[in-house]
Amino acid sequence: MERIPILRMGQLLLVTIQVDMHDRLAMTLQDDLTTRIVSDRATGVLIDISALDIVDSFIGRMISNTAAMAKILDAKTVLVGMQPAVAITLVELGLTLEGVSTALNVELGIKLLERGHL
Amino acid sequence: MSNKTAKLENIISNYQAELLESWMANLTSVLVRRDKISEAEFRQQASQFLPLLATTLNKSVGAEIDTVIWSDIRQVLNEISQSRARQGFSPIETANFIFSLKSPLFNYLRIALADSPQNLSEEIAFTSTLFDNLGLYTIEVYQKAREQIIQRQQQELLELSTPVVQLWKNVLALPLIGTLDSARTQVVMESLLQKIVDTGALIAIIDITGVPTVDTLVAQHLLKTISAARLMGADCIISGIRPQIAQTIVHLGVNLEDVITKATLADAFVVALQRTGSTISYSNNEH
Repeated sequence: MERIPILRMGQLLLVTIQVDMHDRLAMTLQDDLTTRIVSDRATGVLIDISALDIVDSFIGRMISNTAAMAKILDAKTVLVGMQPAVAITLVELGLTLEGVSTALNVELGIKLLERGHL
Repeated sequence: MSNKTAKLENIISNYQAELLESWMANLTSVLVRRDKISEAEFRQQASQFLPLLATTLNKSVGAEIDTVIWSDIRQVLNEISQSRARQGFSPIETANFIFSLKSPLFNYLRIALADSPQNLSEEIAFTSTLFDNLGLYTIEVYQKAREQIIQRQQQELLELSTPVVQLWKNVLALPLIGTLDSARTQVVMESLLQKIVDTGALIAIIDITGVPTVDTLVAQHLLKTISAARLMGADCIISGIRPQIAQTIVHLGVNLEDVITKATLADAFVVALQRTGSTISYSNNEH
């Protein structure tokens, strides 16, 4: 079965989304991620979407939900690597992903999480 | 009909040199601004046009110029009108190129057909219609060329008016000048986001000193740009808000609560430096 890998970097978890998301995959990812946050005692989650050229309202909501779940487990989520075209599309759709922190790339995302004030 | 065109064509080919002279005389007399185009160029265009008109009339049967036979003539007129449009001639000056050939032609027709007034009037009517058509065609081409120029200038203006400059490491500035409409917002957004990717900037300062009015639509466009930049991981500061604009924004009920706003670009720059962890200080010996 298809899975999205979750990499551990110290206290942080890195999720790189490279394939088209669908319901099952999103559910599995949220399952895996919440489990890993608890088992690894992670304090931060980085979701890298730099490989995605298209982000629709479904993925947008999935990301918001995932961030909310992580927050309940006391882990901060940073969305990194959004393409300019994707950002414009999301804004036109009215999806501004309130409550999700963002950074330009993984490196800046890690800095943001390490500084701790989101 | 074919008989009559033969007449006109004969006159053009027989008196070509004389026609050219009187045409040139007419042209230069109506032309107010002689400096824009040399007489030699006029003469060259005119002497190219006359033989072509004669051969075309030889083949043609009517005064309709939108047929294949007239394509060479149309080509020549296209070039002439387009170059006139680019050189800043007025429509009248452009059309006079064609219309000032009328009276010399009428003169020669009158001499050639002096003995049959019936033929003369028919021939003059035909010539008149033909030249009206040609004149209208030059005006149409002229108009199209002008529209192209306007469109190109609009495009250039759009690109010129949205520079994104780097003020400091990780700090970008976007000085907006003029009103923001949807098309411009799109260009501004695209260039800002691309620059954020290129420079890895953390903060973008949007300076609206040059924006004359901020209404709800402009504010909405600004907020869209800010949201898009935030999705890319860059914070935005709006600076250059004039007192009247601050009042307008509040009266309109636009919500700028989530955005950092500063009165001047200098204030915004200080905030940006603090955010990026940089400081600027005066050196002692200068104080």
